[in-house]
Amino acid sequence: MSYTRRDAARGIAGIAAAAALPAGGARAQAQAGARGGTLTVMLANEPPTLTSAFNTALPLGSVATKMLEGLLAYDANMNPRPSLATSWDVSADGLTYTFRLRAGVKWHDGRDFTSADVAFSAMSVWKELHPRGRAVFANLARVDTPDPLTAIFRLSGPSPVLLSALHAYESQILPRHLYEGTDITTNPANAAPVGTGPFRFREWRRGQFIMLERNPDYWDTGKPALDRVVFRIMTDAGARSAAIENGSVDIGFFSPVSLAETERLKTSRSIEVTTRGYEYASPMFFMELNLRKTPLEDVRVRRAMMHAIDRRFIIENIFLGYAEPATGPIQRSSPFYTPDVRQYEFNPRLANQMLDEAGYRRGAGGWRFTITHDPVPQGDEHAQTADYVKQALATVGINVDVRRQDLASQIRRVSQWEFDMSSNPLFAMFDPALGVTRLFWSENIRQGVPFTNVSGFRNAEIDRIVAAQATERDAEARKRLFWRLQQIVMEEVPLLYLLEVKYATIANRRVRNHTTDGAAAFGNFADVTIVR
Amino acid sequence: MAAGRTTRSGWLRVGGVLARRTVQGVPIVLGILVINFLLLNATPGDVVDAMLGQMGAADPEMVARLRTQFGLDRPVHERLLLYVWNLARLDLGFSAFYNMPVGTLILERLAGTALLMLSSIGLALALGIVTGVAAARRFNTAWDTLIGVAALLFYATPVFWIGLMLLVLFSVKLGVLPLGGMQTIGAEFGLVEATLDVLWHLVLPMATLSLFFIATYTRLMRSSMLEAYQQDWVRTARAKGVPEGRVAYRHVLRNALLPVVTVVGVQIGALLGGAVVVETVFNWPGLGRLAYDAVLQRDFNLLLGILFMSSVVVVVVNIVVDLLYAVLDPRIEAS
Repeated sequence: MSYTRRDAARGIAGIAAAAALPAGGARAQAQAGARGGTLTVMLANEPPTLTSAFNTALPLGSVATKMLEGLLAYDANMNPRPSLATSWDVSADGLTYTFRLRAGVKWHDGRDFTSADVAFSAMSVWKELHPRGRAVFANLARVDTPDPLTAIFRLSGPSPVLLSALHAYESQILPRHLYEGTDITTNPANAAPVGTGPFRFREWRRGQFIMLERNPDYWDTGKPALDRVVFRIMTDAGARSAAIENGSVDIGFFSPVSLAETERLKTSRSIEVTTRGYEYASPMFFMELNLRKTPLEDVRVRRAMMHAIDRRFIIENIFLGYAEPATGPIQRSSPFYTPDVRQYEFNPRLANQMLDEAGYRRGAGGWRFTITHDPVPQGDEHAQTADYVKQALATVGINVDVRRQDLASQIRRVSQWEFDMSSNPLFAMFDPALGVTRLFWSENIRQGVPFTNVSGFRNAEIDRIVAAQATERDAEARKRLFWRLQQIVMEEVPLLYLLEVKYATIANRRVRNHTTDGAAAFGNFADVTIVR
Repeated sequence: MAAGRTTRSGWLRVGGVLARRTVQGVPIVLGILVINFLLLNATPGDVVDAMLGQMGAADPEMVARLRTQFGLDRPVHERLLLYVWNLARLDLGFSAFYNMPVGTLILERLAGTALLMLSSIGLALALGIVTGVAAARRFNTAWDTLIGVAALLFYATPVFWIGLMLLVLFSVKLGVLPLGGMQTIGAEFGLVEATLDVLWHLVLPMATLSLFFIATYTRLMRSSMLEAYQQDWVRTARAKGVPEGRVAYRHVLRNALLPVVTVVGVQIGALLGGAVVVETVFNWPGLGRLAYDAVLQRDFNLLLGILFMSSVVVVVVNIVVDLLYAVLDPRIEAS
């Protein structure tokens, strides 16, 4: 019995249990008592388009997931739940996934949703155009559609990550009748999506707002509770803070205001701050080292650098508690996590000693060597962390030259390997095969492509693990592979893992049910209510 | 004296200036275009880097596909020629980031920018002239000092700070004015109500931007008034027994206006650049923010489009100002 079958069974059992328990139902009903109203969400950046089937930019994912859906949804523990697929079955050899689709689902333009839409989206969109799709769906050979409500995924090899990758943000189903035969990435429907979700697209005034309205024909009868969802594009952090404070906006995700402001707003009785709801994305903050450069190719130097940086200091003084020290590339909340890795306590004396022993003696001015640092230009925290790291490494004789630039310049520099050290907040994603292995796999050393193995790290055992986990169908065995991966990474430290980032969601207390699973910002808002 | 009567020869002179300036304007705009194009192409990173940076994921096929799609795999001179050729057919190209024609994007924002800039400059001009005249007429009194200090204060205070303070006061604490934006979202208004709604949203950003302009106009008006007061014909007018008020408004003010007109011309020329800071703080959909985002996103077609339109406006406004001079002051030979 494969783990996917068990998970599927658990998902269905969960639905049955919820339906059978009158107490739970009654409570849900009381919470959903408030109907109607407009939820106003603030966005810090204007999304480039409104379909995230082939563009994973954050503001885009927040908007698109209300209109477009995936085959599956996920509960708080990241177990799959039905969405557009009502049930699924995995063959004994793990090469055939049969999805039964929900009957009677209509696209917002009135056409029927069928298995042809699923087949088209999987083969022509996810596998061709999604930035992670080619890797995730590498083994997907074809999708058979024996009838309009059955989609059968035929694989050329097992793919245990598949059932983790069918969320509305990661693998969105697009209407075939609007996309087939067109240039998918420039299709006008990308900016005015036609989906199956609880909200329909109504208006996009660029530079101002995006308005969605209730889909009265939503398949989940009686939902959504809200009449409208408005996303206000507010590029100034001070204005965002004022807007949440005076109640002109209801909610913001991904730490919408500075952390100091977040702490101040938290004291208001009408405002609630939560750091839950980001388990799906699992944001990690780390520093990449270019292992092609001397002396960063020396593992003793990299380990000494880990000992020289006080992560507690960064968390308390810069992230103001909105982070936890990372022990490795995977978050504590993940089922793939292990704490059983090499630890690096803050100890500058040890770091100095290690550098001495490695033969990097202090020269003129007390410096052992000089490296450049290109911090990611996103938010004050990263700029301040770069300043701290410069000071911390100076105490062990490493001279850090911090180079400031905008995002496009930084991405270009790092992806072209023209850097010594850089910092990066990146989603590890809840399955490490989606967001972690790409950073260490030697076959993913690709000049000019960001978010790959830019360090140039090569390790034969890591390569074997990356290959093995991709087809390992025994869940426990797959976990053990990732445990080993974490141990090797922390032994070799190709990247300096610093923090697990805790994004803050700031909401007015009148908003209910905004964070019910591990992907709150990418949820569909069908259950969100506003109590006036 | 400046109110020269427009004669037949005057009109001929104006026509000549117009023709000459227009002919001179074309190579200027073209030169600006080429320099902009080359400068932008020299910046590190392109729109693909910016897009992928926001996606947080990428693979080699995607990078190659995007570069081909946006024509970035072609050499610079080829892209420049293509751009100029398209422009000659009045096609500003396609925004890679927004996936829309550049012309449409600019038009969407043009009204917002024009409304904000023209109303702010208009208000500031009116108030600046009044306070500048008042300061000059009460030269070296407490009034003069007060106006001077206030003008200096507003001039020196960062615009974003004034904006945020006004927001905190009027939107958060008092709750009497809206918190940013240009209209009430989702309201079903008639024409009159919609207009009033926009004006209501305009109050704070207009006030913020005006405070900055007022300071300039006040200082300028005051000093050119004082200079005009020194002229011989002012003494003559006073000697003739012209009342002091009439001297100030009929004789001094009209002459002192010329430098102010020049500065207003320059500021209107920069109109399309918008006011990035005020637009950002008040969430006002203007061209300044669009241009700023275009820089960060390396959306060069969009940025080139905005810069091209701006350079056209600057050239046109300069021609208009020159013409105004030629009409107003016969002594000025617009050569």
